Amino acid sequence: MIAPAELDAQDCAILAVLQEDARLSTGAIARRIGLSQPATWRRIRRLAEAGVLAGQRLDLDLEALGFTVTVFLGIKLATRGRVSLEDFERAISAIPEVQGVQHVLGLYDYRVRVVARDLADFERILRRRIMTLPGVGDVEANVLLSEERLPGPLG
Amino acid sequence: MLDDTDRRILRQLQAGPGLAASALAERAGTTAATCIRRIERLRARGIIRGQHMRICWPALGYAVEVSLRITLDKTARNAFDDFLAEARRVPEVIEMQTFLGRVDVRLSLIARDMTHYQHIYRHRILTLPHINDIEALMHLSSVKTDPVLPL
Repeated sequence: MIAPAELDAQDCAILAVLQEDARLSTGAIARRIGLSQPATWRRIRRLAEAGVLAGQRLDLDLEALGFTVTVFLGIKLATRGRVSLEDFERAISAIPEVQGVQHVLGLYDYRVRVVARDLADFERILRRRIMTLPGVGDVEANVLLSEERLPGPLG
Repeated sequence: MLDDTDRRILRQLQAGPGLAASALAERAGTTAATCIRRIERLRARGIIRGQHMRICWPALGYAVEVSLRITLDKTARNAFDDFLAEARRVPEVIEMQTFLGRVDVRLSLIARDMTHYQHIYRHRILTLPHINDIEALMHLSSVKTDPVLPL
């Protein structure tokens, strides 16, 4: 872990550049932030070793690939305590259309991101794959209209 | 349209976005040259829009992540646009989504600890325009994070 005080403006600049394009070479990043290539490389290595770089995310045009619907589900387990969370997590993660699962605390137990070809396809996934999972209780569905990712508190 | 080779490459690229072309080609059962050419074409066609590094915020001292589910006062003119423009200016907001459903907007908010979270919530979130209601879900853990589309 890196304490916030140990992260200077140049580290933040490197992170911002990588968030935008993870494919850039060390040389290209160095030129953008105005540091030497070895200095940039050392900083990137330090960030990687501290576990700050959490892997790459591929941004695909879902619609062009035939997935016109993304839905976020809030799922409440019906019989908490009797259903093993691990079993539920394993089962829901195994559904191919499920693109993300978060365990949360509050009104729901899980937040689940589902992609589907269209609303009819979504209904099929919901009825046949998700509602049939052991322990599923209350389910709320919200259809995604727009999504924006922000750089976060860097500098 | 995509052919089987494109689909195989996309599947492998999603599973390992940081892989070199040679490793990708081997996993997709094609040659490195084909792999590079196909990926370039997918980029040119806008199917691959970008490749982004994800930041592990807990590793930078942001231990708390909260999902804020917000309903807006839709009778106000431009409620969505006003709200999003203001929310975008809060540095700790790392994701914004709009929905059709019971919830209008969701924000992902990070904070160093609960005291910090409470501060941001009171001074930066509750002051955002046109809020009708807010529900908070505290993020405990990510169970599945690496999406691979069923192509």
